[in-house]
Amino acid sequence: MQDIAVVIVGAGHSGLTMSSCLKDQGIPHVVLERNRVGHAWREERWQSLRLLTPNWQNGFRNFPYAGSEPDGFMKAGEMAEQLEGYQRHLQAPVIEQCAVTGLEQVGCEYVVDTVQGQYRAQAVVLAHGACRLPSVPALDTVLQDHVKTLTALAYRNPEDLPPGPALIVGASATGIQLAAEIHGSGRPVTLSVGEHVRMPRRYRGRDIQWWLDATGLLNETWLDIDDLQRARSVPSPQIIGNVDGLSLDLNFLTRQGVELVGRCAGFNAPNLQFSGSLKNNCKLADLKMNRLLNNIDEWVAASGREAEFEAPHRFQSTEVPEMPALVKPVSDLASVVWATGFKPDLSWVNIDGVLDRKGRLKHEGGVVQDGLYVLGLTFLRRRKSSFIVGAQDDCEDLTRALTNYLSAA
Amino acid sequence: MSEKTVNNGVNVGALLDAREALSENPEGAKFNWRASCKWINGTHSQSIVDGYHGLGGEQNHKTEFSFDADHPEVFAAEDNGATPVEYVLVGLASCLTAGVASVAQNRDIQLRSVEAKLEGAMDILGILGADSDVRNGFQDIKVTFDIDADASQDDIEALVAQSQKRSAVFDIITNPTNVSVEVK
Repeated sequence: MQDIAVVIVGAGHSGLTMSSCLKDQGIPHVVLERNRVGHAWREERWQSLRLLTPNWQNGFRNFPYAGSEPDGFMKAGEMAEQLEGYQRHLQAPVIEQCAVTGLEQVGCEYVVDTVQGQYRAQAVVLAHGACRLPSVPALDTVLQDHVKTLTALAYRNPEDLPPGPALIVGASATGIQLAAEIHGSGRPVTLSVGEHVRMPRRYRGRDIQWWLDATGLLNETWLDIDDLQRARSVPSPQIIGNVDGLSLDLNFLTRQGVELVGRCAGFNAPNLQFSGSLKNNCKLADLKMNRLLNNIDEWVAASGREAEFEAPHRFQSTEVPEMPALVKPVSDLASVVWATGFKPDLSWVNIDGVLDRKGRLKHEGGVVQDGLYVLGLTFLRRRKSSFIVGAQDDCEDLTRALTNYLSAA
Repeated sequence: MSEKTVNNGVNVGALLDAREALSENPEGAKFNWRASCKWINGTHSQSIVDGYHGLGGEQNHKTEFSFDADHPEVFAAEDNGATPVEYVLVGLASCLTAGVASVAQNRDIQLRSVEAKLEGAMDILGILGADSDVRNGFQDIKVTFDIDADASQDDIEALVAQSQKRSAVFDIITNPTNVSVEVK
């Protein structure tokens, strides 16, 4: 058993940023990494994935993006290299190949079990990722008997799928990118669309992330939000990391020949069933996108900077088939891909009362309880919390909380 | 901005408090709605709703409500009440309208009038068993709202969209539901 003030679980951008903050405070710590730095970006993403945020937003605390394409979108493997560079720069106390297998509270200390032995710490920071496990509907176990099913987490490229029609369930950032790629590979795609967030890649001559940043939306805090539960469960927006400004929306997919159906609602052999709510979900997303664009236009008008930007316009409403299919025989499909979201792996957290009834970590702005902190979850402290660019402010805030706790203890 | 008092007659505060309280105590959120039905004659029946279960115990409406249902004269029946499928439209209309009022209250939008027209398209070759390719139920349902409110067109459309998102009957109609019917 080794004693240390703080254990950080995970050496991704959140864990390394936290390490840099603790180093500044002179707080002894280790960063436990289940594999090696950059592993998830290198090995656990599909091959064509580019980050959804432009490179100028993909730097780290005191380590900004230094490449030649600040407006580009780096590939997942480049993010892995960038993390390795950050680690070399920080010389952070990372222990690789050190998967955590248990976390317990003993008195006012924490015991962290790993494949390389135990640590006893006064504080623990969970920075092991919000996307470690796929969220898959219970339906999957039934469907596996009828058709090849795959999660977005396991998907690498279209060759992972048998030839023939594919159903992609989920139309957030992941689902629409996979739909475009798989349909483009000659496997006709049906896309099951539930509640989603429509967002253009570019507006008035700027990337949407530029607008979210400039108008202050990214910095909105968890205390500014009326319905935090809702804000924390909003699906990722329908965008793709690309420099040609393509808005990969449902209209684009429809023009490519992708068939849109409603939310996947069930399986009544031999048919998969889809909700009749597609029109409303598309309407909600169109209205919400236009509210965002209105806010941007109002911000521009108030700033007096109209001349810097292109004129405002609105995007074509989502075109929904007049009668979307409500059922599809499973025998018409060669594969089903679940793009139904991700969740953190909390299976090794053995502390009473820290999970809610749905198995999610309970926290107040990243503070789970005295000495236990979490990073990187959607809207943890700010709208940008789950973005690369969001780690710095959250880590600095939580370092203050952690430092106060350690000095009081 | 001037102070305004929006009153659509919906106690949104109580609804938001209930959401908070029931999230902490999810057992209380489990409701069981009931109806009973008695055959009168021909296709005429009378249904009653009275009690239901919720908030951890038995509850009662202020008064018992009864509903006559029948088939129309063009079906060679006596037309003693609305058809069952019209009750489905009534359920959808009243659920969406209640939602519009609640969402408007929550968004500080004063409603002046809300009217909805509903149409359910049905090919009765299905229920007559004359064409196995035609389903018994509606081919589709169209709802048209006409709303006069202190809000922009986009805000009004957002009210109606949000109302569908939170509607029980919209969900019941658009998604499959397991139904078990037994005989005592």
